[in-house]
Amino acid sequence: MHPGSKIAFAATALAFAASGVALAAADDALRVCADPNNLPFSNQAEAGFENKLATMIAEHLGKTVSYAWWAQRRGFVRNTLKADNCDVVMGVPSGYDLVETTQPYYRSTYVFVSRQDRHLDLSSLLDPRLHRLTIGVHLIGDSGNNPPPAEALGEEGIVDNVRGYSIYGDYRQADPPARLIEAVEHGEIDVAAAWGPLGGFFAKLSPVPLTVAPIRDGERFAPQQFQFAISMGVRKGDHALCDQLNAFIDEHRSEIGALLRDYGVPLVELPATASGGHE
Amino acid sequence: MLLRDYGGLLVRLLSAFYALGALFSPAFAQSDLPSRMKDPAQWPMAARDYANTRYSDLDQINTDNVSRLQLAWTFSLGADRGQEAAPLVLDGTMYVVGPYAGPYPNRVFALDATTGELKWSYAPKPEPAAAGVACCDVVNRGVAFDNGKIFLNTLDDHTVAIDANTGKELWHTKLGEINKGETITMAPVVVRGKILVGNSGGELGVRGWVTALDENTGAIAWRAYSTGPDKDVLIGDDFKPFYDSLKDKDLGVKSWPADRWQIGGGTVWGWISYDPELNLIYYGTANPSPWNANQRSGDNLWSTTIFARDPDTGHAKWAYQINPHDLFDHDEINENVLIDLDINGQTRKVLVHPGRNGYMYVIDRATGEVISADAYDFVNTYKGVDLKTGKIIPNEEKTPLLGKTVENICPSAPGAKDWQPTAWSSRTKLLYVPHQHLCMNFKASQVGYIAGTPYVGADVDMYAGPGGYRGEFMAWDPVARKKVWEIHEKLPVWSGALVTAGDVAFYATMDRLFKAVDAKDGHLLWQFRAGSGFVGQPISYRGSDGQQYVAILSGVGGWPGVVANAEIDPRVRNGALGFTGATQDLPFYTAAGSELLVFKLAANGEDGTNAPRQ
Repeated sequence: MHPGSKIAFAATALAFAASGVALAAADDALRVCADPNNLPFSNQAEAGFENKLATMIAEHLGKTVSYAWWAQRRGFVRNTLKADNCDVVMGVPSGYDLVETTQPYYRSTYVFVSRQDRHLDLSSLLDPRLHRLTIGVHLIGDSGNNPPPAEALGEEGIVDNVRGYSIYGDYRQADPPARLIEAVEHGEIDVAAAWGPLGGFFAKLSPVPLTVAPIRDGERFAPQQFQFAISMGVRKGDHALCDQLNAFIDEHRSEIGALLRDYGVPLVELPATASGGHE
Repeated sequence: MLLRDYGGLLVRLLSAFYALGALFSPAFAQSDLPSRMKDPAQWPMAARDYANTRYSDLDQINTDNVSRLQLAWTFSLGADRGQEAAPLVLDGTMYVVGPYAGPYPNRVFALDATTGELKWSYAPKPEPAAAGVACCDVVNRGVAFDNGKIFLNTLDDHTVAIDANTGKELWHTKLGEINKGETITMAPVVVRGKILVGNSGGELGVRGWVTALDENTGAIAWRAYSTGPDKDVLIGDDFKPFYDSLKDKDLGVKSWPADRWQIGGGTVWGWISYDPELNLIYYGTANPSPWNANQRSGDNLWSTTIFARDPDTGHAKWAYQINPHDLFDHDEINENVLIDLDINGQTRKVLVHPGRNGYMYVIDRATGEVISADAYDFVNTYKGVDLKTGKIIPNEEKTPLLGKTVENICPSAPGAKDWQPTAWSSRTKLLYVPHQHLCMNFKASQVGYIAGTPYVGADVDMYAGPGGYRGEFMAWDPVARKKVWEIHEKLPVWSGALVTAGDVAFYATMDRLFKAVDAKDGHLLWQFRAGSGFVGQPISYRGSDGQQYVAILSGVGGWPGVVANAEIDPRVRNGALGFTGATQDLPFYTAAGSELLVFKLAANGEDGTNAPRQ
């Protein structure tokens, strides 16, 4: 299914109630750990780009895809990958400690999302207009565990005009993190500072034209960073699968890039490394 | 017509009941709980009594014979996650609840307390929730009882009344929404016909509350929020906090920037105690969340606060905030033990609160005045408590700042003591405190990932505190304000405590040992190696055979797994102050389990054998 109608996503999201971990699949399955309700990444209707990528990989390996569905929150890796209910998480930050990561297959950036008709043209968290605009950010957990823009705005003393949206949201609704982008669409906030794939995808679906602009603050807020390389993750020690996935990434860079662009994912260059991209 | 007749009859019956009740216990005309609290054969609530003493007046088991303690019977709950529940014993029947796991989440069992025979079980039907929505904290800390009903809190936010004789469901009320991160893990408490229940889930953007339900109908009588305007917090004209800094209007709004209080945390997942004479309930609220500290300037009231409230109306009478603008996840949901102490020649009605922050608070429970606050574990995050202002004094050097590495922060995120409840002996005048002894290094470098969103999170490495041990069971004298004895344990002590009139104190360890020690000097008298590590609450009661029993659930899990794992492999990082990362077992010491263990004394000369009962 091509990302098209938001209504279709909402309908499918309601269907996963009471879903759990899928039963053991046959040996010829690529067993994927995925969130059943989190577009643009994945959902139970397999409408996310991670679902599409999983299908591409399975075809390449001569397998079919099976899923272990679990909300991607604390305990996700423990209850899926580490519990041996599945073998690969399609998207994790490169170097993510809980898993063994493949080479990165894309790199994206935090973005500002605003209505086109506002002509805000923002690109830095140091922009003085951010002291006046109403800014929406996701909240993840607690002190020291929120997205980079939330941390950086606090450091700049920009507090009173910041609105927090729980990344967890209300899981009965489709794609809970999307509420942040919808708030821009509806004019509840002037600008959202969101992770690129989420911002790019929902901006693309928005009936109101939205502008998606990368946050270009580089290392200014180090150790915060606004760009992250994304890999696939396998169980630590599962080198055989990791090697297969790395080979797939090497051979399919252009198809992967096309898939991501189709979903509106803002891409930034993958920096070359001494090991040829193998981190 | 029929209804009116019944109504008339009901009124007459109730009047007679009230009149009868008034002869014995005017404050509890509607409840049979207080009389049961006076009967040492029973264990009528998780904390045993409203004062939360966890003291049993039974003395058959004493320091001379406890070495003859042996298994009487066992029972498997069939749900191998952390077993934190206290069993209850009423009229010879034991009631015990399992965690939200396995094929029957939060299943309740009724067993003959003497023989272990299963009488009935009740399995709530969970809400259809998407897998993983409440991923981590699946424990249940126990059920409650009053007037022939068992009251159960389910993780998916229902309070259920069950007929204690038949196991039949009488009513259920939904109090929250698990799909919004709200869960319930605490044991409900019944006061004057009301079931008191608080929520969990602060890190998920939940606003904390305590709710009172009518025990007969399940109707909500009142709800008091922990943040927001006074009308939501149930603060009115009769609110008289001791300290001036807490006397302003709407502090639950003003002590936050903008509208931060709306998702401000302050959940209520610990213990509630009750003083019938003052007619006040006492409980502590959790930390402020999910905002970054730099996005929530101010004291963030009423997070990490002890409230005294009228149980009938919910109105707050006083409040005291323990950790203004908490930086360490030091939620203060720990128990408040209500005792009377002779301090400087005066009898003071106090509550004793062993703080997450490492201080033992002795507070006047009528007024909210802090009488003393002394460190009971190694503390360097604070420099003490100013008794004039009531304010804790932060140590700026240990303030975690993102981008700055701060080493040797003591106590660590779970604090010097977590939920695991203490016991108070009116004989020894000592408080028996199970707790952890951990410090942490804080730095921001760990990549985290939630719901498709990457971030750079706080990297917390926890390790054993000074002396190289991670847990302790100790006796504290709240009048002398000092530790009397201490036992070091290699792992955090995450079980509750029990103390008896036989002067035996009980606690249990995550490396599978259930221990009995001399309440006077901490001398080890008996221990039993169980199937799984302990995070449960020991209780004691008398069986229908006249024998004294001691019971506890074995089965490690939940947060303590993280804490111990952090030490087993110092490289294992916990990606959040609230412990993300693995919360699985302690593979070097124990695997999961869910076994109820019940002990009694072997007959004289019988040492170790257990003849079949006729």
